Amino acid sequence: MRRSLLFLPGNNPNMLINAGCLGADAVIFDLEDAVSPAEKDAARILVRNTMRYMDIPCERVVRINSVDTEYWRDDIDTILPERPDLILLPKAATSEDILALDRYMSEVEEKLGLECGTVGIIALIETALGVENAFLIASACKRVKGLFLGAEDLTADLQCKRTKESREIEYSRMRLVVAARAAGVDVYDTPFTDVNDDEGIVVDTMLAKSLGFTGKASISPRHVDVINDTFSPTIAEIDYAYEVIDAITRAKAEGKGAISLRGKMIDAPIVARAERIIAMASALGIERGGVS
Amino acid sequence: MNKIVSSIKEAIKLAGLRDGMTVSFHHHLRNGDFVLNMVMEEIAALGIRDIKVNASSLFDVHTPLIGHIKNGVVTGISTDYMGAGLGREISRGVLAEPVKFYTHGGRPHSIIEGREKIDVAFIAAPTADNMGNCSGKYGRSACGSLGYAFADAMYAKRVVVITDNLVPYPLADFSISEDYVDYVVEVDAIGDPKGIVSGTTKITRDPVGLVMAAHAAKVIEASGLLKDGFSFQTGAGGASLAAAKFLKDIMLEKNIRGSFGLGGITGYMVDMLKAGCFETLLDVQCFDLSAVESIRNDPRHREISAMQYASPGAKSAVVNSLDVVILGATEIDTDFNVNVHTDSNGYIMGGSGGHSDTAAGAKLSMIIAPMFRARLPIVSGRVTCISTPGDSIDVLVTQGGIAVNPKNAELKERLEAAGLPIVDIFELKDKTERITGKPNELTRGERVVAEVIGREGNLLDRIYSVDK
Repeated sequence: MRRSLLFLPGNNPNMLINAGCLGADAVIFDLEDAVSPAEKDAARILVRNTMRYMDIPCERVVRINSVDTEYWRDDIDTILPERPDLILLPKAATSEDILALDRYMSEVEEKLGLECGTVGIIALIETALGVENAFLIASACKRVKGLFLGAEDLTADLQCKRTKESREIEYSRMRLVVAARAAGVDVYDTPFTDVNDDEGIVVDTMLAKSLGFTGKASISPRHVDVINDTFSPTIAEIDYAYEVIDAITRAKAEGKGAISLRGKMIDAPIVARAERIIAMASALGIERGGVS
Repeated sequence: MNKIVSSIKEAIKLAGLRDGMTVSFHHHLRNGDFVLNMVMEEIAALGIRDIKVNASSLFDVHTPLIGHIKNGVVTGISTDYMGAGLGREISRGVLAEPVKFYTHGGRPHSIIEGREKIDVAFIAAPTADNMGNCSGKYGRSACGSLGYAFADAMYAKRVVVITDNLVPYPLADFSISEDYVDYVVEVDAIGDPKGIVSGTTKITRDPVGLVMAAHAAKVIEASGLLKDGFSFQTGAGGASLAAAKFLKDIMLEKNIRGSFGLGGITGYMVDMLKAGCFETLLDVQCFDLSAVESIRNDPRHREISAMQYASPGAKSAVVNSLDVVILGATEIDTDFNVNVHTDSNGYIMGGSGGHSDTAAGAKLSMIIAPMFRARLPIVSGRVTCISTPGDSIDVLVTQGGIAVNPKNAELKERLEAAGLPIVDIFELKDKTERITGKPNELTRGERVVAEVIGREGNLLDRIYSVDK
């Protein structure tokens, strides 16, 4: 379950040391934009030690530098031995970018005698070329677990203004959701960057959920609760999911084929959706009939 | 009859101040106060020595006191709180006699019982008339409530009101009335408005502070106390204010109408009053401009004396009707004893203020503190100084979990049932020390530089010199 992904600057010890307390399903230790070139080495070591020594009770993602920089291989050399859950690759524009990273990760894993392929990749799509290649990127290799929309850099590349209404990224959002789902991977929405707009984050997160995103990134711990709440199933959704499973179980026992619930046909996609919701509810500790 | 005298010097002479006597001051002008320094300078100029200063709090603006101590003018200090600059000098042993630290409720109690005798009280008054009726609500040095000055006015042998806003008699909306006042002095300025109240008090933007605040609000919600008639006090620290904001959201969502907000009052408490979260604010001290404006204009916002606020000798005090208080700590130990007097090097940097009083009175006393500050863990095996005894603390909220005092098993059950992250305080200590390491034991000096007096007048702890 990865509803919220929280960016933490890789060069800020106070934030890193509190990484596990901020409520996010995943924290993203950032070695890219948050860190100036002169600080890359220090941030790498700080992030490595954070992962090595700190007990972080959520998923650990590291945003390395993009494959067109001189830094990314050093990032992987330092970070991979700590077995992060995922590597977030910025400016992923082609499947070749992913394959280059995949090959290098495998090389390092082999050299270190680590199990190969267990650390996944999320592709951060933040260029026009990346959006157009989204499906190829999502299906480039087995390591790819998801796509991630980065709207700030993308709008610069699109030569348009980034607005709160987000009309300018409508196409990219939908394109990424379709590409990711077609490839069978997750898809994460871009952060909402105004940390003082308490209503804006709610609206933007609900929009992301309605479009089919798996979760949403955040640059502020203040947004984590809203994102987690929005991407969690509601009690009504959970109750309905159990009704669906009950109905389908009864139908099977009675040897019936097609069945209906509340006047609506229950077919395979509805059952799959119900199973997903129940799995998520139990991951959240919500059992049938309320919070356990 | 006219009580106006020409100068502070004249008032000191008329009041009959002599060697060995005690003078008192309130701290409503906080770090903007001019009055204590003006008075002490005149006392020194008159050649009076061996004076005891009894002030409800002392701030770093009062650092000239150190000079008066060194030249023998001041030989004793009683206070409820001391800023870090002054505290450092006291911790180094500049004063031969230990400072007596009281609580905001214990101080008036000690004055009324006669354990602390005040010969002359000097009361800074943002507005006064020529007979001494005075108020903190009006004038350019307005500070709002004058709650801490009442005991001084009522029980000192002589009372001098010092104002920079003399108005025609009678000042109808007075706080302290003329029947207690001997002399009135008009001066150019009693303080610097910038240091008296802050413009706006802001909630924290620090993510760790917000996590703690969110936990704190959920603890209150789960405690069973948050219902119609609820009463609440919180400090002016960033995380405490954020907790108040989260609490306000919960109260509005659930349509809970509280009874009163208490304490040092900030704009956030005023917002809660205006939003209908409380019927009343009971205010012993205003922290910001919004609170001053509210106490001046809103009849639901009432000034109260320190006795009514917190005195253990009062026939009843508001703290005993309080449901929840949120407090801070520089250090807390595994028995839940709290230190708010000294820093991690043993230097004095604060004081109880209303900490022990509200902790003793409230049904739920909550400490909010981060697991560590810089590299130092907040939970220790034994605090350097006991400011508030652990038996009056119910729960510690940190970003790494919520520790409930074992004496309050019911609270623990309630919080567990609400799915809050409960942690044993020993585990919390270990968890923090795994990150910070275990700090070296502090080596304390030989001399006792201060005594911490419990609210009932008992000796709670001693603070030792820092010999460096």
